Amino acid sequence: MTSTVPAVTAAHPVIDIRGLWTVFHQAGVDIVVHKDLQLQVASGEMLSLVGGSGTGKTVLLRQILGLARPARGTVTVLGESAEQMGRQGASSRVGMLFQHGALYSAFTVLENIAFALRELKCLPDELIRDAALLKLQMVGLDVKHAHKMPSELSGGMIKRVALARALIMDPPLLLLDEPTAGLDPDSSDEFCALLRSLHRELGLTVVMVTHDLDTLFELSTRVAVLADQRVIVNAPPREVVAFAHPFIHHFFLGERGQRAMELLREYPFVV
Amino acid sequence: MPEASSPPIIERQRLTADAPDRVAVTGHWTAAAVSASGQWDSLAGALDQVGPSLDAHWDLGALRRLDHLGAQILWNHWGRQWPGQLVVSVEHRAVLERVARLSVPPPVPRRRSIWERFLGLGNFLLVLVDHLRDAVALIGQLVLDIARLARAPRQGPWRDISGHVYHIGATALPITAMVGFLIGVVLAYLTSQQLRQFGAEIYIVNILGLSLVRELGPVLAAVLIAGRSGSAITAQIGVMRVTEELDAMKVMGISQGFRLVLPRAIALALAMPLLTLWTTLAALIGGMLAADLALGITPAYFVNNLPRAVQVSNLWLAMGKSAVFGIMIALVGCHYGLRVKPNTESLGQGTTASVVTSITVVILIDALFAVLFKNIGI
Repeated sequence: MTSTVPAVTAAHPVIDIRGLWTVFHQAGVDIVVHKDLQLQVASGEMLSLVGGSGTGKTVLLRQILGLARPARGTVTVLGESAEQMGRQGASSRVGMLFQHGALYSAFTVLENIAFALRELKCLPDELIRDAALLKLQMVGLDVKHAHKMPSELSGGMIKRVALARALIMDPPLLLLDEPTAGLDPDSSDEFCALLRSLHRELGLTVVMVTHDLDTLFELSTRVAVLADQRVIVNAPPREVVAFAHPFIHHFFLGERGQRAMELLREYPFVV
Repeated sequence: MPEASSPPIIERQRLTADAPDRVAVTGHWTAAAVSASGQWDSLAGALDQVGPSLDAHWDLGALRRLDHLGAQILWNHWGRQWPGQLVVSVEHRAVLERVARLSVPPPVPRRRSIWERFLGLGNFLLVLVDHLRDAVALIGQLVLDIARLARAPRQGPWRDISGHVYHIGATALPITAMVGFLIGVVLAYLTSQQLRQFGAEIYIVNILGLSLVRELGPVLAAVLIAGRSGSAITAQIGVMRVTEELDAMKVMGISQGFRLVLPRAIALALAMPLLTLWTTLAALIGGMLAADLALGITPAYFVNNLPRAVQVSNLWLAMGKSAVFGIMIALVGCHYGLRVKPNTESLGQGTTASVVTSITVVILIDALFAVLFKNIGI
């Protein structure tokens, strides 16, 4: 069997969403969440999806993963339809960090990280163990935690182990759902630094859903804002802040936003 | 444009007699390429053939892709040290260097010493004592709560009780009826074969009547409810522990015994005797039909002779012990539910332990009743 690794160029974005409609049926009423939504993510980007509650950020993430099916429209990830992604070799194409980690509670940390490799059932145990230990250290955890159970870990450690598990097959695309939610400010900063260094070193494409403005300004090279059932703007953070829309004004220029914007002034990163 | 992944390739090339051999590493050295079907075996074979050969000239210049797994394979192959001569692109060298920097001997999982195992034995006993203490506390609390309910019946959790009676009792009617009916049929057919040999067909009424009313009806219903509702009770209360609802109740000063344990115990004490009656009836109907078909004993004869064969005290005994079964199923379910620790694994273990324990307790109590009331109704 030869798997295909598509070459991603400007003409072929990593994620290509066209004409996407999402409709929920609730008590006999159709609720349209996305209406003819378009979104393209180029290789190497670190894109943040923001939007108010109920604008379907997490649903969009699930559609990119192929966990949910849009009512209409196409979602193409790495040149393949998202619905085909759930099949063989999924973890070598895309890694997902779930909001609460979603670690398998019956397995140790090392077994959790190695799970996708072990399921291939062809590689020798020592190699799998070495590869898992490598990922464990890459996310900044000590090897002494390798044999702990998920219930013995703190919130920040769970996120790190989940990240190591998502990265085990070195996927070119990483999806993050609220990566810093539930972490204290210190762990949150450390986790952001870790994500940024991994993004730089591994050349990953990252898409994340976040409400945390600090995380957003610290990490993203682009921000896509979901409002009015579509992506109203998809641009570097500076341009998004300048975009005239009530939600953006409220979200970025409110009191909380002002504080986080200080970051933008202090660290004018190149986009 | 999709680019086809090429397999990982390693070959040794002999250039001249005195120059070191050249080892060419090409293709995709990625997790996906290495794990493609059959690929690992051929790669392992090729690696063996080449050998570590650290003195050779390693050429990774034509390598298309290298991820951490591929780098780990090479690094392990080199015996975790750099080969003498290595040609590699900058980006692939970065991956190799990261693997080299972070490759450490694996941590040894801690083995339990004999002394620790010995202590584990003692710990097992302590857990058992802990269970007993919790169980006694639970029963004591239930008695206190019943007293509180008797003093102020208007403030009782009546809505909870009626809800549980519906969920535990009413929704279990179809399954208990079906199982009871089938057991009645099976039992009637089996005994009819034996009775015919002795010409004692008419005694099928006595055998079915006594065994179903006194033993099988109550035990069958109790085992079904223990599996169905005992597990549900443990899971409900256990989930409340996992989601911190139990702590929220405590903070509001609401008694867990009064709001969680008491309604379930009362509901099961009410529903169990009724379910027993229902199951016994279904089993008798099943037995009656089978007796008609197998032995030609008419339903009219069966119904007329049943009161003569089975004294009514058997029915009271069955109802009485069913109420006790119900209370015990509720208590065992609540006991394991309240002991669940706030993680999902503990929830699964608690639910399993709850079902096994409640079925065991039902059978133990049944044996106790059989010994205590051996002179009644027979």
